[in-house]
Amino acid sequence: MSENSKFTARNLNLYYGDFHALKNINFEIEANKITALIGPSGCGKSTFLKTLNRMNDFVEGCKIEGDVLLDGKDIYKTDMSAIELRQRVGMVFQQPNPFPKSIYENVAYGPRIRGIKKKSELDEIVETSLREVGIWDEFKDRLHKSALGLSGGQQQRLCIARTVAVHPEVVLMDEPTSALDPISTMKIEDLAVEMKKKYTIVIVTHNMQQANRISDTTAFFLLGELIETGATKDLFLNPKNKKTEEYITGRFG
Amino acid sequence: MYSRGKEKTWKFFVMFCGLLMIALPIAIGVFLAIKGNALFYHYHHTLWEFLFTTTWKLKDDLTGGGQGGAAVFIVGSLIVCGLALLIAVPFSLAAAIFMTEIAPKTGNRILRPAVEIFVGIPSVVYGWIGMTVLVPALQSLFHLKTGRSVLAGGIVLAIMIFPSITTVAADAIRAVPVSARMAAYGLGATRWQVIHQIVMPAAKTSVLTGVILGLARAFGEALAVAMVIGKTPAFPKGIFGQTATMTTVIASRMAELMEGSEAKAGLWTIAFVLYLISLLFIFLIHLIAAKGAKKES
Repeated sequence: MSENSKFTARNLNLYYGDFHALKNINFEIEANKITALIGPSGCGKSTFLKTLNRMNDFVEGCKIEGDVLLDGKDIYKTDMSAIELRQRVGMVFQQPNPFPKSIYENVAYGPRIRGIKKKSELDEIVETSLREVGIWDEFKDRLHKSALGLSGGQQQRLCIARTVAVHPEVVLMDEPTSALDPISTMKIEDLAVEMKKKYTIVIVTHNMQQANRISDTTAFFLLGELIETGATKDLFLNPKNKKTEEYITGRFG
Repeated sequence: MYSRGKEKTWKFFVMFCGLLMIALPIAIGVFLAIKGNALFYHYHHTLWEFLFTTTWKLKDDLTGGGQGGAAVFIVGSLIVCGLALLIAVPFSLAAAIFMTEIAPKTGNRILRPAVEIFVGIPSVVYGWIGMTVLVPALQSLFHLKTGRSVLAGGIVLAIMIFPSITTVAADAIRAVPVSARMAAYGLGATRWQVIHQIVMPAAKTSVLTGVILGLARAFGEALAVAMVIGKTPAFPKGIFGQTATMTTVIASRMAELMEGSEAKAGLWTIAFVLYLISLLFIFLIHLIAAKGAKKES
């Protein structure tokens, strides 16, 4: 385990019932870097992402073997609850999913469930969180309007603000731009790059240009196996594995 | 084969059925309004007397001159139905949450059909069971002269409206998108927090509709209530007291009174009030739905 590693997966196997969805994954995710997980649909990249904050717990028949360590502690075998884990490892989903509440309440929700009640404190968290993702000026005059009235791109950035409002250490992004237009996508990519100063970011993406543009490390998954991983520039310029090369040159997908 | 004549016949038939659906409730309303108005126009009682006085002694003949205060029945209905809601709503919500959020598999396979069976049981059966099981039980449990009481009526009604509220609430909870739950779980919310801070507020509008539907059913139920409530035309002395409701007074007296008499006209007036109340409930449901839709956009 290297000095700077945030997550370490060791001999990780995951089954959905009889289906072997992740096969013997060994992988380290470095702190304060953007790690992109790429691969064709059904390759296990999203499944791997969800093992990092135990969102797979909600999938029936999901069984996990091996170790997943966060700062050296196994997140499945220690006394750390899934609730605590998800407070440290936040998640942004494929479809923007703001709560049917106001913009303010969306951002304040996480702090509230951690027991912060004082309005002045919540006000401050909401402002800093919205500033952090660069939408404070856009939203400050309509904090109490419903979040459902926002555009998809605005909703997704609000969801990111909601995630950072609880000061996680890691932010997982599951194809966060696949439902968005190119301009919104660009804003989110810029934001992700900005965010890695504070957070470790793991992003699943279908879009290889996106992985190439923003990530430091890329991991290529295929049929549940981790085929190749390396510095993004190396992996895209000189893939070691033939399958990686075929995938990134668009020969299958 | 395509035939213009057949096409037209179908169109006419479907349109006729549609219009009938609109015409029938309106016709019933007009009929009730005319019948019910006889108490005021023909027998010269005042609306004030009808709504706010408590002596219901109308004469079963054409001369009239009796007293027509229906306040006891109106209040009786309100109290029994309120009590039924008070008992049913917590159980219904808990059952709905259990069968959707806590044990969805058992919920779908066993609880849902079980609740649906509840809906199909005729009210006379509920009333009869209430009469033979609940009434004696209340009597011995609380050392009463008789177990026939507002409480017995409230409990029987609660059992009757429990399935409709539960079904509507469960559907409403199921309709809350999974993505909203996942967002909350992703922030480290517990299951209870997700249910009461995310799922229930999102389902609130539809749940409220279910509650009003249940209330409407409670208001309209006569038979089962009549069998357990004691049918005493006076304000109840507490929840163990007896009273009568708008529906029980109609159900128990309609057969014996002479058509056209003052007493019968009084019953029609009560029937018209029930009709107006059901209109009010429908109006409320639509108002809530419209408000909910506006809030979401």
